[in-house]
Amino acid sequence: MLLHRLVAVSPMLLCACFCLVSFPPNLLQLLLPRVSYLPVVTDKVKKHFLKVMRPEDVEEMWFEYEGTPLKWHYPIGVLFDLHASNTVLPWNITVHFKNFPDQDLLHCPSNSIVEAHFMSSIKEADSLKHKSQVVNDMQKKDHKQLWMGLQNDKFDQFWAMNRKLMEYPTEDGGFRYIPFRIYQTLSDRPFIQKLFRPVSPDCNAHTLGDLLKEMYPDALTNDGEQKRYQVLIHGIEPLLETPLQWLSEHLSHPDNFLHICVVPVPTD
Amino acid sequence: MPVSLLWAVDVYGRVYSLSTVGQQWEHCRNTHLEFKRVTAAQQCCWGIGCDNSIYLNVHASDLPVRYQEDTYENQRWNPVGGFSERLLPSDRWQWSDITGLQHQPMASFQLPSSSWEWEGDWFVDENLDGEPTEKEGWTYAMDFPATYTKDKKWNSCVRRRRWLRYRRYKDMDTWAKIPSQQTALPDPFSDISCGGWEISEEPRGRLSLWAVSLQGKVWFREGISHHNPEGSSWVEVPPPGEVVQISCGPGDLVWAVLWEGHLIVREGISRDCPRGTSWAEVESPSPQVGAIHVAVGVNVVWAVTKDNKVWFRRGVNSHNPCGSGWINMVGEMIMINVGLNDQVWAISCEDRLVYFRQGVTSSELSGKTWKAISIPRDGERSHSSASANSQHSAGCFFSSEVRAPSVVSDAELDLEHPPGDVAISNVTFPGPDSFVDAPTNSSSSQPCVKPNIPKVTSDSFISELVSDRKPAKTSGGVESASPAVLEEVVPDEGEADVLSSNSDVTITGSGGPPDPQWSNVDLEEAQIQNGQTGAVADSVDSCSLSSVATYSLAMEDQYGVDEHPLWAWVSGGGCSVDSHSQLNWFSCSLNTSMLQSVQSMSLSMTPAQTAAWRKQIFEQLSERSKREMDNFRHYEQAIEQSVWVKKGAMQWWRDWKPHKWMDVHFALEQFSGAEGHKDGILFIYYNYYEEKKYLHAFINEVTILVPVLNDSKHTFAIYTPERTKQRWPIRVAAGTELEMYDWLALLSVSCCDSRGIYGSPSKQAIWSITCKGDIFVSEPSSALEAMPYPTPCDQMFWRQVGGHLRLVECNSLGIVWGIGFDHTAWVHTGGYGGGFFQGLASSTDNIYTQTDVKSVYIYENQRWNPVTGYTNRGLPTDRYMWSDASGLRECTKTGTKPPSPQWTWVSDWAVDYSVSGGTDREGWQYAADFPASYHGFKTIKDFVRRRRWARRCKLTTTGPWQEIPPIPLSDVTILPCAAQSSVDTVPVWAISNKGDVLCRLGVTLLTPAGTSWLHVGTDQPFKSISVGAASQVWGVARDGSAFYRGSVSGLNPAGDCWYHIPSPAKQKLKQVSVGRTSVYTVDENGNLWYRQGVTPSYPQGSSWEHISNNVRKVSVGPLDQLWIIADKVQGSHSLSCGTVCHRLGVQPMEPKGQSWDYGIGGGWDHITVRGNSMEPPRICLPSMTEPSPRAAHTPPPTAP
Repeated sequence: MLLHRLVAVSPMLLCACFCLVSFPPNLLQLLLPRVSYLPVVTDKVKKHFLKVMRPEDVEEMWFEYEGTPLKWHYPIGVLFDLHASNTVLPWNITVHFKNFPDQDLLHCPSNSIVEAHFMSSIKEADSLKHKSQVVNDMQKKDHKQLWMGLQNDKFDQFWAMNRKLMEYPTEDGGFRYIPFRIYQTLSDRPFIQKLFRPVSPDCNAHTLGDLLKEMYPDALTNDGEQKRYQVLIHGIEPLLETPLQWLSEHLSHPDNFLHICVVPVPTD
Repeated sequence: MPVSLLWAVDVYGRVYSLSTVGQQWEHCRNTHLEFKRVTAAQQCCWGIGCDNSIYLNVHASDLPVRYQEDTYENQRWNPVGGFSERLLPSDRWQWSDITGLQHQPMASFQLPSSSWEWEGDWFVDENLDGEPTEKEGWTYAMDFPATYTKDKKWNSCVRRRRWLRYRRYKDMDTWAKIPSQQTALPDPFSDISCGGWEISEEPRGRLSLWAVSLQGKVWFREGISHHNPEGSSWVEVPPPGEVVQISCGPGDLVWAVLWEGHLIVREGISRDCPRGTSWAEVESPSPQVGAIHVAVGVNVVWAVTKDNKVWFRRGVNSHNPCGSGWINMVGEMIMINVGLNDQVWAISCEDRLVYFRQGVTSSELSGKTWKAISIPRDGERSHSSASANSQHSAGCFFSSEVRAPSVVSDAELDLEHPPGDVAISNVTFPGPDSFVDAPTNSSSSQPCVKPNIPKVTSDSFISELVSDRKPAKTSGGVESASPAVLEEVVPDEGEADVLSSNSDVTITGSGGPPDPQWSNVDLEEAQIQNGQTGAVADSVDSCSLSSVATYSLAMEDQYGVDEHPLWAWVSGGGCSVDSHSQLNWFSCSLNTSMLQSVQSMSLSMTPAQTAAWRKQIFEQLSERSKREMDNFRHYEQAIEQSVWVKKGAMQWWRDWKPHKWMDVHFALEQFSGAEGHKDGILFIYYNYYEEKKYLHAFINEVTILVPVLNDSKHTFAIYTPERTKQRWPIRVAAGTELEMYDWLALLSVSCCDSRGIYGSPSKQAIWSITCKGDIFVSEPSSALEAMPYPTPCDQMFWRQVGGHLRLVECNSLGIVWGIGFDHTAWVHTGGYGGGFFQGLASSTDNIYTQTDVKSVYIYENQRWNPVTGYTNRGLPTDRYMWSDASGLRECTKTGTKPPSPQWTWVSDWAVDYSVSGGTDREGWQYAADFPASYHGFKTIKDFVRRRRWARRCKLTTTGPWQEIPPIPLSDVTILPCAAQSSVDTVPVWAISNKGDVLCRLGVTLLTPAGTSWLHVGTDQPFKSISVGAASQVWGVARDGSAFYRGSVSGLNPAGDCWYHIPSPAKQKLKQVSVGRTSVYTVDENGNLWYRQGVTPSYPQGSSWEHISNNVRKVSVGPLDQLWIIADKVQGSHSLSCGTVCHRLGVQPMEPKGQSWDYGIGGGWDHITVRGNSMEPPRICLPSMTEPSPRAAHTPPPTAP
């Protein structure tokens, strides 16, 4: 029974988890929700630094970690797993107000851009899962509720609506396709995203291992080999035999995508 | 949804059943018989065997079918020998029935059939109207006939006593042959259909069974009831023509098909006349092609014509059983069956699969699409899953064996096949020998297909039929002797013309004579015929029969099961599904591993099955939370927890007089309170004489939110302790039902948040139910039963749990049972939420659909006048001619709506005969004037009469409840345990809605629903039962007296005998509740009684002591705490009926307590505190010693 309850509330666990970010030089420390986006949660950062800066120096704000500009349109948790998964918390990132790296980052003048990005991700995910049927059936205010829930960190508000996106006909055994993205640090490609069904043609449930075998075989450790890569979802390493459908239902980000980070095993 | 069965017969005559939760057809193995047809009800299934006898399969139930026989022994006193069996010549028989008119010696009682057995020997009934009699059971009177008393007086000249004996139906779950009446039945039956269980309110078991004989006569089985499942005799109902098939719906619809293809409808079927009065004729759906099959439900009629087209009849209801017109539907079927809820089942003529009509609802009775039930039969799963799969992937759905039946598909296949593998139907075969080869040739995909070998039994079946058919020969246009063998089988299936129309197609393809390929007798026969007729025509027909016999080899076992199921008949009369049901029958179960994987992915698994991956994820997640959060809690959060406001327009029932609804603005402001709990304030902004004012309530003070849904307003009530004292809640109304539930869900969540109450109810929880069936649960604090200063009852916080119940009982191990208004038993799954709760306020798994059915009653009133007799014209001062029970409110048939939008009508208005006081044959009750006491017969002094009309409505909701089929209950009780006791199996007792006492076996923490019922014999029906902490079982019988069950223990869970305990003088008890030692009862006049003198050595106690009046229900807890539902509790603003009350001052030395404390109400109907075994704290802290002011506010219900 305990496990059941944990399953039931597991999205909350995720949502309630924060990773710590520290902003030198003034050392602003904040708890950030893993599932949110940097521009959404960094109002405070902006206000904090604007106090000590000359207005003419202020251009669009962006973030950098150890020389890598941080893409705001990735969830914070993904950024952390991808770039800093094996560092000691707090996570030190640098805030820039000048020299926006146009070639690396998208501009983000306001939160409405984030909202548009977030909603397009949800729609994309639903087109994979239900041929967009669920999201098209929703009203404008339902879409707004999803976004407001994320923006204000109101888990209940968000899940009341998101629940509908996670349903599927029992006889199908899962979604049509699993919306997933595989990120890797050692590649120029932003991420891997292809069509992949939760259930194989012979009606077996696909697992995380099946997905990686097809999409990114290098990430798997062959027999007798030393483990080279960690496969992280929400900062944890699920077993490879975990069914993909279950992962998609329970460990997806609010944008309804399963974000999987493949990072090299740290060499001490 | 209860588990129920769909029945079907395959072409071999094997009977299969499919459970609504099952995923494969189960072969009915306890018979070696083949069956032609079956017709099912929920409690039994009837069938025609291949020996043409009728068989009955009564489903085993924990409640035995038991019949009480009684006879009276009469004696007269004479001066010489005292009372003796010598009576006067004018007297009654020495052994007689209750009237004395019928001679009834013990030896005259015979078992009705071999399916019955005696339960024991005759014994004397020592009970007279609830009073125990002397040991011998004699009752005395002055003379016959007279009123009898239990006391012998000086003038008692006669005496009598009643002897009882029970007989029991023993052939449960097997096919028992119905003894035939040689004289009445000249020819065997060919069709059978049961239904009619909805035409009267009688308990489950009454059925109408219609049958058609080979000669086309129609028969009706008399006297089928729960106590007599076999019925008593066949009565002929002469039809206007020769009938080939008949269908009887659950209600009053009966349709039949005539030989010529017309349909006839039985009219005048009613409660008093289940056989109906006359036939009406209805034209066949299409003028050229006659009907061959009809199927009726409650409000629908479906038909199949000889060209296999499917038709739906428009406008059918019980007032117009003939309907108004036909609509052609998609699909070609050989037969159709309408089951419960007007759901439709059919067998396709193309692939012989069973199809289910999807999307049949009460508003769309014709449904949407046909969906095939494609699941394996037991025993063939492993086999067919592999082969079926390969076929499937090859894009070929039918194997060669399947192909043969349909000539049409054969022809199509011919086109696709290269000329090398020419299919059978075009090939001329030289003789019977080649039949073996025929399928082999045509099957390109399966190299070594063996011929299908018919079974000996079905062979003999045919020859038997041949002999049977002789008299009917005139009716079918039979051309030649031998082919007639099969063709004659066909007419009694009503298919002859289908075949000939089918064969038209064949003729174009093969140029041969008509192929009688399909009968529901045997596929292989058909194949043989098929092959033959193409070439050799009549000449070899005799061979064909003999060859059939020759092929009856032992290979049958190997290959008999290796094919796609071919169905001949289906019956859904016992299959309770509706358009909401989740069925596993369609889920492409070609591959079982798919099923398993789906199951493994679903959340509803037991911990034991949980995979390692799942465990690992949780471990990692909690570890991660620790790593990333715990050390940093003191850091600022990126997103400020701000005040969050929800506003809306509502109406408010204003506090000042005159009370009325006024428009207000309603707002909930939420914020994070101290210690992280969310908190909030509720505001109601209103205008008072042009002045803006507001009313507010702190969310952490709200004790309960009660939805009050009626047909005009969507309202709910908000109580705080203060408002509970006033009996005057804040009542607000939302614009729509949806809006109301939105607010309720939101407010409930914020109330729970502010009190930090999450998740499932605890084991100690106190459960209660309102008169509307809403379920509430409260978490007791340990101070609730503290002495001397307990937590005041009005400060208890109640939250709603989804579902709809009439009664709920629990114990401290967390086992909770409920009973719905329709007497269905439910067990709590451990979840929470459901209903209108969404998101986090509800558990995701263990929430199920729950339905409930209740009746709405209105009264038709009439006054007598000398000219016209009784009319609906009353005096000007009279009540409405159509009214509610009080007569004060007008309730017409058309104007009366279901109680709230949650309810929908599921039946039509019908006269209700089950009114207390009895009715005449038309349901009238008579009285001298309104309002008065009514009686069921007309006298000279009666000037007014009334009758009650009932209409059933149904509610569908969700909640953490699972049904415990199949016995409907009226009361249940669970052993209350002490806090730390470890009990393996928990005693649960119940009363069925017929009054049988039942004991549930196998109830444990892991299986709270238990496994089976054990029937405990009683001499009269019971209405209430309660088991105490020391396994002491008390019951209340229908006559109002109490019974104590002796020797109940863990080893002997059902005890051994009943001890009769007379009720308090002139009172009839109605409910009992037993705690640790206390025994309390409530009588029909609302008095609460305490049993005095109960000791371990004398558990029956000595006498009843009156405690209180105006009591509706009582619940005694495991610590002997006493809670009741009381009527007429006066608050400062209003009076409430149905209020939860708590007895204060109950102590071991003072079990009766001192005074009442008043909690939530009115409108409450039930409470159970039997889960609360928390011992109160011994020492009272000074902080809790705030005296409760309630006693001063509200006078106790013991008003004089």
